[in-house]
Amino acid sequence: MSAQMVVHNPMGYPPEVAGKALAPRLDTLNGRTVYIVDCRFDDSDILLKSVQAWFAEHMPAVKTVYKPINSVYTRDDPATWQEIKEKGDAAIIGVGH
Amino acid sequence: MSIDLKYGVPTVCLHTSMFVTVTRSVVRMNGAPRMRQVYLPHPVMGKSPEQIGGYVFGVSPISKKPVMQEVVEGLTQPLNDEDRKGLTFSRATPRLCEPASEAELNQLFLDNNWTDKLPIVLPTVERVAEMMKHTSRKADEVVGHHTATHFREVWECTVEQVAVNAVMAGARPEYFPVILAIAATGASARGSSTSSMASMVVVNGPIRREIEMNAGTGAMGPYNQANATIGRAFGLLSQNLQGGSVPGDTYMGSMGNALAYASPTFAENEERSPFEPLHVQRGYRADQSVVSAFIGMRHMAFTLGLRHAHWASHVRNMMRGMDPNESPVFLLDPIAARLFQDVGGLKTKKELIAWICENARMPAGEYWDYQLVQNYLYPRATFGEEPLAGKLRAAADEMIPLWTPEQVNVVVVGGETNGYWRIAGARSAGSACVDDWR
Repeated sequence: MSAQMVVHNPMGYPPEVAGKALAPRLDTLNGRTVYIVDCRFDDSDILLKSVQAWFAEHMPAVKTVYKPINSVYTRDDPATWQEIKEKGDAAIIGVGH
Repeated sequence: MSIDLKYGVPTVCLHTSMFVTVTRSVVRMNGAPRMRQVYLPHPVMGKSPEQIGGYVFGVSPISKKPVMQEVVEGLTQPLNDEDRKGLTFSRATPRLCEPASEAELNQLFLDNNWTDKLPIVLPTVERVAEMMKHTSRKADEVVGHHTATHFREVWECTVEQVAVNAVMAGARPEYFPVILAIAATGASARGSSTSSMASMVVVNGPIRREIEMNAGTGAMGPYNQANATIGRAFGLLSQNLQGGSVPGDTYMGSMGNALAYASPTFAENEERSPFEPLHVQRGYRADQSVVSAFIGMRHMAFTLGLRHAHWASHVRNMMRGMDPNESPVFLLDPIAARLFQDVGGLKTKKELIAWICENARMPAGEYWDYQLVQNYLYPRATFGEEPLAGKLRAAADEMIPLWTPEQVNVVVVGGETNGYWRIAGARSAGSACVDDWR
């Protein structure tokens, strides 16, 4: 039998993960305002305007607001999130790639 | 995720199919594994509006359901108990691995993606204890925090955990304060950008000589134990202390980057440089020992010398070859540094950096059409951030500057076998004083 060795584990310490509840869903989108949030990365504007076009064609009773974030996706954007909370009912957020 | 989890607005996230694993991993680590995510075909970038419209009006390659049906259902279908609870869990990092044979442990480290796939030195208790003798800091003291990228969880590391990775890299114990200082910058040599980044470290001050680092011939190559193993330790500690660097999950670099094997680490050739050392430029005393980390390194341009007639054009051509979203680090052999003084008339690093900023220009129309400029700079410009907003006001044919002086670095390295020099695309990730970690 080979000699047994004792070695250290090389990993760091991960954070605790606390469960988070999803926001309650809507019963319908009709008559509601859906923010379509553009993360402004790799042609995401074209992607999200296509999403907006789908709603206009298939669910015209839904009001959509195309909303580019205030800076780049690597920065938090509380002003935009607050606007959506106050003026919107739901959100679709997308990135290109 | 913030809109849904923090602000209480029902949200669906749209991604391309290439990002299934990583996005599911991210929401799990944020305690909401059932966050509604819908996947489109990949890629979006570069496709026509008609093609992208086809993605949106079409079927998800992951769920095989119509994309917009999934989106609408994601906003309207009632939540179940799992949605309302989320996922709570904790993970322990045992200090030691289970005892095993050398062969079994080497296989364990490979299987757990704890290595760079090259052989390592197993971090035995004795070896780690020897490494610990070269710092006055306590084993359980927190050195810093690391993450693979934005949105991923942030991990914490201790002095002893850095020592473990230093042993694995083959570093001699006397290098340990340098490695601790690198860890303390918080920079990652295993950033998870799809652009396949590598990192680089410049070492200044007396520590260079104390541990016999190379600043001369072959300094950026595999010819010096300190340079080589400190750089490798930077890579290993990054991946293990940030929670991994696994392709498709915690590493998304499309092509990978061979520079990431080494994370080029070298001493500035202060003795032969005609310029002020990097750490002095940054406000440290010359007699302090300092590491300066650079991240986002993807390529280098090079040339030989500076010719009297057209040197300025040659340098401009090299700078125009870089992606304008990158920041340049001029890596000058001492011969080349003196040529910038003698031929270019640029007597100090400050004058050279000013010349670079004045001469690195391109038409505004071309500049704003670069994809990375669109991704990272255009959004900031449109919301008024200067000097980007000023560049956005320029006419399409106006020659606008690529960089500000704060983005440009100059380092002198090399053994004067010839006057070669390079421009590395890499941005500063901060400096840390080695003396604080002795």
